[in-house]
Amino acid sequence: MNPPRSFRFLACLSFVGVWCATPGAAAPSAKLSFNRDVRPILSDKCFQCHGPDEAKRKGGMRLDLREAALKGGEAGPVFVPGQPDESEMILRILSKDRDEQMPPPKSHKTIAPAELAILKRWIAEGAEYQSHWSFLKPERPPVPEVASAKSAVRNPIDAFIIERLAAEKLTLSPEAEKTTIIRRVALDLTGLPPTSEEVAAFLADSSPDAYEKVVDRLLASPRYGEKMAQQWLDFARYADSNGFQSDTSRQMWPWREWLIHAFNRNQPFDQFTIDQLAGDLLPNPTRDQIVATGFNRNHRLNGEGGRIVEEWFAETVIDRVETTGLTWLAITLNCCRCHDHKYDPITQREFYQLFAFFNSNDELGVLDEFGGAGRTRAGGNSRPVLALTTPEQETRIAQREKVVAEATARVAEAVRELPAAQAEWEPKFRQQVSENFKTWTMLEPREVRSDGGAIFVRQPDGSWLATGLNPPFDQYLTVAPIAAGSFSGLLLDVFPDPSLPNQSLGRNSNGNFVLTDVIAEITAPTLEKPLTATFTRAEADYNQKGYEVKLIVEAPPKAGRNARKRQGWAIDGPTKRDPRKAMFVTAKPLTVPEQATLRVTLRHDTLANHNIGRFRLSVSALPPAGLTLDGGKVPPSIVAALNVAAAVRTPAQRSELAKFYRENTDNPVKRAETALAAAKKGVEDSFADVPTTMVMKEKPEPREAFILKRGEYDHPADKVTRGVPASLPALPPGAPVNRLGFAQWLVSGEHPLTARVWVNRAWEQFFGTGLVKTTENLGSQAEWPSHPELLDWLATEFVRLGWDMKAMQRLIVTSAAYRQSSKVTPALVARDPENRLLARGPRFRLNAETLRDQALAISGLLVEQIGGPSVRPYMPPAVWDETSVYGDMRNYKADTGAALYRRTLYTIWKRTAAPPMMQLFDAPTREICTVKRTITNTPLQALVLLNEATYVESARVLAQRMLLEGGTTPEQRIAWAFRRATGAEPHADELRILTAGLEKRLTRFRNSPDEAAQLLTVGETKPDPKLDPIELAAYAVTGNVLLNLDRVVTRE
Amino acid sequence: MNCNDHDFLFLDESERLALTRRTFLQRAAGGMGLAALGSLFGGAPRANAAATMLPGLPHFAPKAKRIIYLFQSGAPSQMDLFDPKPGMAKRRGEDLPASIRKGQRLTTMTSGQKSFPVAPSMFQFAQHGQSGAWFSELMPHMAGLADEWAIIRSMHTEAINHDPAITFFQTGSQLAGRPSIGSWLSYGLGSENQDLPAYVVLTSFGSGRKDDQPLYDRLWSSGFLSAKHQGVKFRNKGDRVLYLSNPPGMNAETRRETLDELAALNQQHFGVMGDPEIQARIAQYEMAFRMQSSVPDLTDISKESADVLAMYGPEVKTPGTYASNCLLARRLAERDVRFVQLFHMGWDHHGGLPTAIRGQCRDTDQPTAALIKDLKQRGLLDDTLIVWGGEFGRTIYSQGALTETNYGRDHHPRCFTTLLTGAGVKRGITFGATDDFCYNITENPVHVHDLNATILHLMGADHERLTFRYQGRDFRLTDIHGERVKGVLA
Repeated sequence: MNPPRSFRFLACLSFVGVWCATPGAAAPSAKLSFNRDVRPILSDKCFQCHGPDEAKRKGGMRLDLREAALKGGEAGPVFVPGQPDESEMILRILSKDRDEQMPPPKSHKTIAPAELAILKRWIAEGAEYQSHWSFLKPERPPVPEVASAKSAVRNPIDAFIIERLAAEKLTLSPEAEKTTIIRRVALDLTGLPPTSEEVAAFLADSSPDAYEKVVDRLLASPRYGEKMAQQWLDFARYADSNGFQSDTSRQMWPWREWLIHAFNRNQPFDQFTIDQLAGDLLPNPTRDQIVATGFNRNHRLNGEGGRIVEEWFAETVIDRVETTGLTWLAITLNCCRCHDHKYDPITQREFYQLFAFFNSNDELGVLDEFGGAGRTRAGGNSRPVLALTTPEQETRIAQREKVVAEATARVAEAVRELPAAQAEWEPKFRQQVSENFKTWTMLEPREVRSDGGAIFVRQPDGSWLATGLNPPFDQYLTVAPIAAGSFSGLLLDVFPDPSLPNQSLGRNSNGNFVLTDVIAEITAPTLEKPLTATFTRAEADYNQKGYEVKLIVEAPPKAGRNARKRQGWAIDGPTKRDPRKAMFVTAKPLTVPEQATLRVTLRHDTLANHNIGRFRLSVSALPPAGLTLDGGKVPPSIVAALNVAAAVRTPAQRSELAKFYRENTDNPVKRAETALAAAKKGVEDSFADVPTTMVMKEKPEPREAFILKRGEYDHPADKVTRGVPASLPALPPGAPVNRLGFAQWLVSGEHPLTARVWVNRAWEQFFGTGLVKTTENLGSQAEWPSHPELLDWLATEFVRLGWDMKAMQRLIVTSAAYRQSSKVTPALVARDPENRLLARGPRFRLNAETLRDQALAISGLLVEQIGGPSVRPYMPPAVWDETSVYGDMRNYKADTGAALYRRTLYTIWKRTAAPPMMQLFDAPTREICTVKRTITNTPLQALVLLNEATYVESARVLAQRMLLEGGTTPEQRIAWAFRRATGAEPHADELRILTAGLEKRLTRFRNSPDEAAQLLTVGETKPDPKLDPIELAAYAVTGNVLLNLDRVVTRE
Repeated sequence: MNCNDHDFLFLDESERLALTRRTFLQRAAGGMGLAALGSLFGGAPRANAAATMLPGLPHFAPKAKRIIYLFQSGAPSQMDLFDPKPGMAKRRGEDLPASIRKGQRLTTMTSGQKSFPVAPSMFQFAQHGQSGAWFSELMPHMAGLADEWAIIRSMHTEAINHDPAITFFQTGSQLAGRPSIGSWLSYGLGSENQDLPAYVVLTSFGSGRKDDQPLYDRLWSSGFLSAKHQGVKFRNKGDRVLYLSNPPGMNAETRRETLDELAALNQQHFGVMGDPEIQARIAQYEMAFRMQSSVPDLTDISKESADVLAMYGPEVKTPGTYASNCLLARRLAERDVRFVQLFHMGWDHHGGLPTAIRGQCRDTDQPTAALIKDLKQRGLLDDTLIVWGGEFGRTIYSQGALTETNYGRDHHPRCFTTLLTGAGVKRGITFGATDDFCYNITENPVHVHDLNATILHLMGADHERLTFRYQGRDFRLTDIHGERVKGVLA
């Protein structure tokens, strides 16, 4: 079939009466268009069972292709061209037999009489098909010659709009007032209102291109990139949290910053696309190009306990396919994860061929940080990540890496020095051993503390006596310095005391104790994490039956029939009152660095109140194997070796002694190794304040990809390879078969969707509604475009201009269609309630970000600073905490200073509890790609604008400026603020209403000055003390009224 | 014209268009001063629900006008509460037989366990009421209402971890982005109250496990439906409804004056621009003003009788507790709020289950029963549907150590228990059954989609016909599945 020009037929069509967005009946004289008139009916009512999805096709009948329909299914051909009354389709629609009837009753779909008429007429006219319009490459239509209203045409856009209006006997509205149009275009292009000075300058500029100069200034403003980024953040599902369950933090703001700069430097959309989808695969990519690939890392990442990695890896990749499909193609690929598409010509196999482009990132697909213990809830980025060092940081890192290299060399050197050092040590050690070497060194604690409120008193023998409270299950913490070298064991001495119950050893009423567990940790400035001792051997000089000390160090109690609690060590305190000792020995000694601290915790969890009464701790640095309760011995073999002259030792003796020396003494190697560890930590530390951002990084070998049956990760079927859907153009010749090739395919200029999708959304941004209203879907179920030829003209123009986004936006906002007044007349509302024909300018409520930014701008509080980490403006209490006790995004505290007044797109975004003000103004949760926000009008929004702290503070600061800068009379001051808020002069009536209100409030606050003072406390900024608080409060309320005016919250 | 014909509460574009076009024409013809505007909002508090329902709804006569959904987040253990398995006592500590587990997947929290020792419940069960329904000793108050419940023992779901499972329960999909059930009902059935939202969410932390699973905004999100249908979460700290209070120093009188001033200015501007949207905004500001008294009135329980307060138990006066939320739920039901959803956290008992579940039951047992009795004594139980349940069940085998006094249970999506009562529910029945190990369903399986289809059915909505076109597809709560559970319908 030769694809017809998609929209040629339309020029001759004319609609009369109320214009309706869905395809109504065409004029009787014109031939029906399959795409405009027929396809929407078939797609919606029939394709679900008789469309592209082969698996679910009923009766073997396929309706989305003409050949297939003519061939028909079990019931014969679907229709007989030219003969509607003999066509099966029509007979079935008309049938009253529930088994025959189409669509079947259980589908809950019906064919309306007007739709039936269209189907009959279409068959009568020959039942011709067209491919779906958006899957055909747009062809550039000629710009219509508009004879009647030539003077109204400012650029080609207007020719299309005016021609369409003329068919309805309508015209464009007059141009909006200058104060209105400058505010409109400033809000649309920068998300901020014009300053009073900018308005005044524009009013004073009578040159013919005064408006175009404003547009160019706005397009060059750094605020432009911030405004454009807002919507793209929704597409990219950008947030500062990982999105599942405990919803920990992540760091993707470097990507956001890249995005803003990309808009500001007007990166062409083709490169903008390639960088984000495949910047990492470009030859010699710049750091920016790699950062840009964060687009496809902004998805959520699951870190839930018990999550199955394979399952969420698949979801991660599918999210990428869906997001990419929705953002660039406006087709819903996600239908195909489970089955062939019901409406669009895309198969399940093709879906997984797209999946194969995105599944070879060198990643886990779930949160990296989760770890085995299940306790890491600190958040963070998951690999692959890119560290974004500054030049200074790079210098510092290089320096520290040099230290590491030196320390490494020093270790090697020390190894060479070791024999000499050993030779020097041997005689000293020999003497020590002969002088009854002291195994246990008593600790001199800095602190001995009880968890439960007991108080310890040091005794002359260095032991600690517990006094005061004896809580049921106490924990004793001893903190003591420990000498550098080795730590191999702990000795616990327990003593009776007259002050203890039964004058015994324990604090229970019978004098007993049960020690449940002993934990020893070593901390030191050079240690990143404490070293925890693993005790594998425990011995005591006395054990109560069933409460043997070895139970403390045995493997944790097993589950199952023989499961039992950890019992711990007891000493028959009621009957035996002798001093007792127990020792806990490590398998391998820990290396103790300089300035180290030992923290020993004695836990009593077994029996209530069975806490130790008086105790002392000692440590040993001797080899574990030699430790005994009474002071260990150096292993006899070592002593033997020591006592033999070096020259005559056996090789075994030599190596045993060398090993003993190296492991158990303070020696050059040990010192060098400690220094090396510290140096390595220094390098790690220098990365601690280096921001990272998640990026794409292709694995050297692609992962295999499979069709997943029903979309389930654990039901793989056929293996597939990368490819693009057959119904769309092939990959460009020579393009690599990877993400880069895929991105090049999108922006080759041959793709029928990419440019249309972008211009349609650009149209929506400036006119409130897309030329295709369903900006989220240009597939078979899409709404028919209001101006099909204009859509294609714009799409081809976009490619022709080298994908220049600013140029396209300039074209749109300089059109007469854009510049017309948005005043509404009853006649226009009746004719075109949705304003799809654009006989007037669009008027709609500002989005969440712009509302807040505008309040800050009007008051002068706005801090204009591009990029950087997210900020924390005011938020009501407990929004983060009422539903979660997990993760690092809790205990929200607002920032102070400038961070409170940054633009709203920098507000920190926790997906499971998104910024509430944004949510109330229709922002998505950013959990999935969202390409369109609804515009609602709710009382909760009124509450935000009336009462939220930023708005109240803005009103007060505006009031302060009214008093300081706005003139001397109430009228002058109010008019001054009115101009700042609306761009326009107040009408006499408006000024009267506002002045009267102010007078009332002045009286009210004079009578209750406390209330005035309270109102001035909202927000961090302080009111100017020179001002009368009563006056200031009264004006602040006026400011509150101004910021809530419909014309202020609306862009008109 | 009379605005009480319309729910101005939450409008989106298309509705406003339909509504305001008419008022616009009338107003443009007749003119209307501010004085008349003031009277627009003084009428009856109850909106005409028909005006905010979707065309064609209800699909059939509804049994329930409203729902109170008592979601037990974290997944209560069915075999310790409602589904006794006495035969397990003699199998204590034995490994779960492979013939029962059938190779079904486990979470990675226990899939590495070397054995799966059977942990019989340590709680006593008894039969109650005429129906002889089984309840464990942990639920004495709920057991006291044995003949009110339809106990579904054969619930099953698809997800195995909390986040996707609870999302699945609320939205019919494990992944984010779909509307929650309350949003679907708000969208389909509209609001019956002009002063309060149609969909209210109340949350509480459990005392059984204080560090339990979090909740997420998405559980009451409107997904792709208009954002006006999202659940309004009542806060436990600060303003009950966000931003409800005037700033300090702005008393109600000052606020009233500013709103009059604002309305006058907006009305003036309407005269210039002619956009009916301006009048919709004036109406919403008036609605906001009314909420500033209707919400405090709702949450003020000072006039509740001592008997009623006592019935809900000692925590009823502490905001943010389950008991307090149950009483609020009743007060919301009295005001015809369409969908009230409680989320009580703390049921995720991987270890230390016996202690933790006692705490959870202490939180919820008495207030749940009180709510039902209270609704009943006010005649509201007949048109209110009550749902009690969590996102999945728990395993018969112990996670971690099994001792005389302690065990834990992992997630179990294959079977669990949900309870229904109220409007249209067959009372005093136990529906569905599980095998001896409480591991697989042996009778009348009820999928989450089936339960949701049943809930919609009771509200007068056919789950196959309550759809929304998004991205070219007609979406529904139950995806392409779900059958209403006739066995639990009265």
